[in-house]
Amino acid sequence: MSIDWFPLWLSLRVAGAATGLSLAIGVWVAYALANRRVRGGDFLSAAVTLPLVMPPTVLGYYLLVLLSRNSPLGAAYEWITGHPLVFTWQAAVVAAMFHATPLLIITVRAALESVDRTYERAARSLGASDWRVFWRVSLPLARRSVFAAAALAFARTLGDFGITMMIAGNIPGRTQTLAVAIYDAVEAGNGSVARAMVIVISIIAIAVIALATRLVQRQAA
Amino acid sequence: MVEARIRKSFPARPDAAPFSLDVAFTAGAGITVLFGASGAGKTLTLDCIAGFSTPDEGRILLDGQILFDSGASVNVPPRSRRCGYVFQNYALFPHMTLRRNLEFAAMRSPRLERHRKVNEMIERFHLGDVAGRRPHELSGGQKQRCSIARAIIGSPGLLLLDEPARGLEAPLRAELYALIRQVREEFHIPVLLVTHSLEECFELADEMLVIRDGRVVQNGAPRAIADRPANVEVARLLGIFNLLQVEIADLDPQRNLSRLRFGEFDLWGPYFPGRFRGDRVSLCIRPEQLRVAGGDGSGGANQVPLRLVRAVETPHGVRLEFEGGVCAEVSNDEYEGLKNNKKWLVGFPQRELRVL
Repeated sequence: MSIDWFPLWLSLRVAGAATGLSLAIGVWVAYALANRRVRGGDFLSAAVTLPLVMPPTVLGYYLLVLLSRNSPLGAAYEWITGHPLVFTWQAAVVAAMFHATPLLIITVRAALESVDRTYERAARSLGASDWRVFWRVSLPLARRSVFAAAALAFARTLGDFGITMMIAGNIPGRTQTLAVAIYDAVEAGNGSVARAMVIVISIIAIAVIALATRLVQRQAA
Repeated sequence: MVEARIRKSFPARPDAAPFSLDVAFTAGAGITVLFGASGAGKTLTLDCIAGFSTPDEGRILLDGQILFDSGASVNVPPRSRRCGYVFQNYALFPHMTLRRNLEFAAMRSPRLERHRKVNEMIERFHLGDVAGRRPHELSGGQKQRCSIARAIIGSPGLLLLDEPARGLEAPLRAELYALIRQVREEFHIPVLLVTHSLEECFELADEMLVIRDGRVVQNGAPRAIADRPANVEVARLLGIFNLLQVEIADLDPQRNLSRLRFGEFDLWGPYFPGRFRGDRVSLCIRPEQLRVAGGDGSGGANQVPLRLVRAVETPHGVRLEFEGGVCAEVSNDEYEGLKNNKKWLVGFPQRELRVL
């Protein structure tokens, strides 16, 4: 039995890219929500939670409409990069991001809110700008929880199925991630392949959760 | 010089009664102590000045510069107010070494200048040996010194201290007082300090503001306030007086005399201007001003026989608690001579009697 491990490498690559992008976006949204100083914070908060409760296929459908070659966003992407977004591995990154960012925002927000406000006040009274307070005080004090949130987000991006199927498709060797490949293997009656892949992805998920838990515990200690 | 007029009200909530703060004061160089019970609005006042809390109405000026003015819609953000703030738990950044904490506070200075300032502060506050340590590796006294050094390294126009001595044992407290006095001598800026310890007022205050229920009820030097509390509330807050319910029975301005009815006894005091016969007032006298004697019978003038409830040893002597809530303080030697008494006479010195 020879197993094609391409889906695993693709999944890891997609997960890495999606986690990085999620952090870059999510940390700012979380900071805005944690400080309650943005207009429409409640709306933003609701919008962030929405992807968590919608069926992935619905989310995927929206994204497909939003990013297809005929849509302004999809056309703009194609104009800049020279190739369409949908049904490429980059589309799988977008799918994974939408799967993971809401969770990341919620956990990072909780982490930032748990930082003792006195430190932020102290920093302000010492003349620090909001930017400096965030980078030098709030984020470093919450760093372990933020790492833990990133680890969870990474594990979650590995597991996306619905959105990926909708906008990245199931093209073996190009957009077929591990979760999709497992589905394929089961469909094709390839039990041993499916089993091997399930074990690998389970081990990765457990390892990541263990890491996240340790990070949070060390922060608490 | 800081000038503040602050109004802020909070409506009643299920878990809290309504509260309104309405204070106005000016404070020059030197230490001004905000004294009051917890919940009186002292820390809120500091927070309004530092910019952490926004008054509903008012005006705050620091050295002539407007920090807040509700009329002109000016509300300078905390980072531009030049107010050094020493927090109750010090709030030293736990992820930075002591030196980095100071560098963070001196960030407005150019690099070389910053380096010089940080070294100067480390030397001045005797922190050289521990400059590389993080706050959790420091002793209480070191944290204290570092937090004050951090608050003043950026040359603020005002230093705010929120109950800095709370929870400190006596030697550390004495060290802290010395440190704050050092800051007063060397920096010539107004220092506002919040406390509910009268002892601390006497240790530090050039000026004292007594705050009760969001209002300044009296201000002045601590000695003057302790000698002449403006009203019963202040006297009660200071916690150093007997406050006894009496009725004015007679007033004689010519002979500078008055007769007070205390229970079934008569006490003679000086004439009290602005009072009338029949007024029910509080007789205000400090425990150490009462003269306790052993003896029987009715006693002499202004001596009242009272039953001793208990005698409590204090660091300075013995406090005798009599019926009717009368407390007297005597030295240990005096108590040795008195303790075998069965009956007690409490003398109220005529000249020292005051009513509120």
